Amino acid sequence: MNDMSPDSYVTADGRTIGGVVMEMKNITLRFGGVVAIKDISFDIREGEIRAIIGPNGAGKSSMLNVISGFYVPQEGEVWFRGKRRPQMKPYQVASQGIARTFQNIALFDGMSVLDNIMTGRLTMMKTGLLSQAMWFGRAEKEENHHREQVEKIIDFLEIQNIRKTPVGRLPYGLKKRVELARALAAEPKLLLLDEPMAGMNVEEKEDMSRFILDVNDEFGTTIALIEHDMGVVMDLSDRVVVMDYGKKIGDGTPDEVRGNQAVIDAYLGVAHD
Amino acid sequence: MPDQLLYAMEVTLNGLMAGVLYALVALGFVLIFKASGIFNYAQGVMALFAALTLVGIQDGQVPFAHLINAIFGTDVHHFGWHVPAILAILLTVVVMVAFAWIVERYILRHLVNQPGIILFMATIGLAYFMEGFGDMMWGSDIKKLDVGLPQGINIAIDDTTFNWFGYGFFIDNLDISATIVAVILVVALTVFSQYSKQGRALRAVADDHQAALSVGISLRFIWVLVWSIAGFVALVAGIMWGSKSGVQFSLSLIALKALPVLMLGGFTSIPGAIVGGLIIGVGEKLFEFAIGPLVGGATENWFAYVLALLFLVFRPQGLFGEKIIERV
Repeated sequence: MNDMSPDSYVTADGRTIGGVVMEMKNITLRFGGVVAIKDISFDIREGEIRAIIGPNGAGKSSMLNVISGFYVPQEGEVWFRGKRRPQMKPYQVASQGIARTFQNIALFDGMSVLDNIMTGRLTMMKTGLLSQAMWFGRAEKEENHHREQVEKIIDFLEIQNIRKTPVGRLPYGLKKRVELARALAAEPKLLLLDEPMAGMNVEEKEDMSRFILDVNDEFGTTIALIEHDMGVVMDLSDRVVVMDYGKKIGDGTPDEVRGNQAVIDAYLGVAHD
Repeated sequence: MPDQLLYAMEVTLNGLMAGVLYALVALGFVLIFKASGIFNYAQGVMALFAALTLVGIQDGQVPFAHLINAIFGTDVHHFGWHVPAILAILLTVVVMVAFAWIVERYILRHLVNQPGIILFMATIGLAYFMEGFGDMMWGSDIKKLDVGLPQGINIAIDDTTFNWFGYGFFIDNLDISATIVAVILVVALTVFSQYSKQGRALRAVADDHQAALSVGISLRFIWVLVWSIAGFVALVAGIMWGSKSGVQFSLSLIALKALPVLMLGGFTSIPGAIVGGLIIGVGEKLFEFAIGPLVGGATENWFAYVLALLFLVFRPQGLFGEKIIERV
């Protein structure tokens, strides 16, 4: 999708935002009698940072799980890169180029940081079982290629010094960063971040914000993220979807959303104070 | 050197070799437990089934002969051909892979996210089903398994030790082959799980299902793969035990000997299964040799379990079991 769609534009900081890469059409998701998402539609454009915000229980994580295939909505369509996506297993969604992180961190605790990040490239590895078993030259060459790419990401996220450490030993903030690295290793066309800054202190949040911006800027990665911290979201994102009780109550640039009365009521004002 | 000491050395060596055979069975348990957290009660029966299938194919036995004869009034038993050992082994591997696929398709797939005890119960059911199925397919008589492995006393070792110490060690050739095969198997499995794409995926699945899905790993494929490998390990164990004591239904009971091995070595460690097997093998032989006569013998029946019990009290995760690394 490198073609410049007619509706592409250039942001104030000089990044090019392309056409629609993912579109959610009238998504409804129910768990038994509980409606987690109610008839929500929105799109994600190529190269942008798209935020989904809302109070606790608004259905943000559910939405991310729909995009990544962990939840199957009862109604609605998911369109990815111009095609309607049939019902897929999460691993199939992943091999389509959609990588994600989790709110509560899902890493392989017993494996080293390096091995964890290497798993991000599993879908890109071509060599078959047999040639790997025989350790043919091609398999080795491929492994080396993937290692090089992973090392670049490790450098990029400044985690060189913990490459060989088992992930289970790392502090929370670093785990979050390793999870981001693993998602990046897949060279995703769409990167989903579920509360990348939850539970971090101010300094860690600043680091993470910087990494997210850099990833978007340097690799041109399209990012959809969920975040609680309003300040962070407004600084980071190009466009924001606001959810409340499973419904969409706002959609637009940070400035537009900030001025939306329904958003102010639900998220910033009435409900909480 | 005093005779007693020499005899103890011989007992130790034989214990090591017996331990290798225990380890081979334990290995199958570890593989499946690591990858899916399932304690596969059917592992012993898988070894029996693999051995039965191997012998059946080798001898050109007609599968389900009794059933066919009963229904059609025929009298078929053998195809009348003899399949060479290598080909028969390959065919048996195919059967074990098909078995793995069936287990995934008809059992595991329906029990995803169920607690471990449910999966354990499922494997108990599977074990009894397979035992009956094996009986129906190949008959229940004791069969001789011969894939061309050398058997009987190793004369070279006997002669050499006799020349050195004036006492010849009795070491069975079959035990030596079992040891070599086990070493190759363990090295191959370790290399596979550490350095191959599928191996990495396998470790990932063992660690966290959700995360594995998110990086594009198909759990089903991995489960078929790991049950296939466990089936292959069961075949190897079945060949070794079958060559040693004939293919009979009591073979499935060797699974019970693997239990103390696992408690000792840890349920999640491949080296643990090996070392655990060796300790139990040597331990029970030496104990029988040293203490057995004082308590009336037959200590081999219970020694392993008592040792395992002691380990459970003092080191519940086993010698090499994963210490849970977690920050709280």
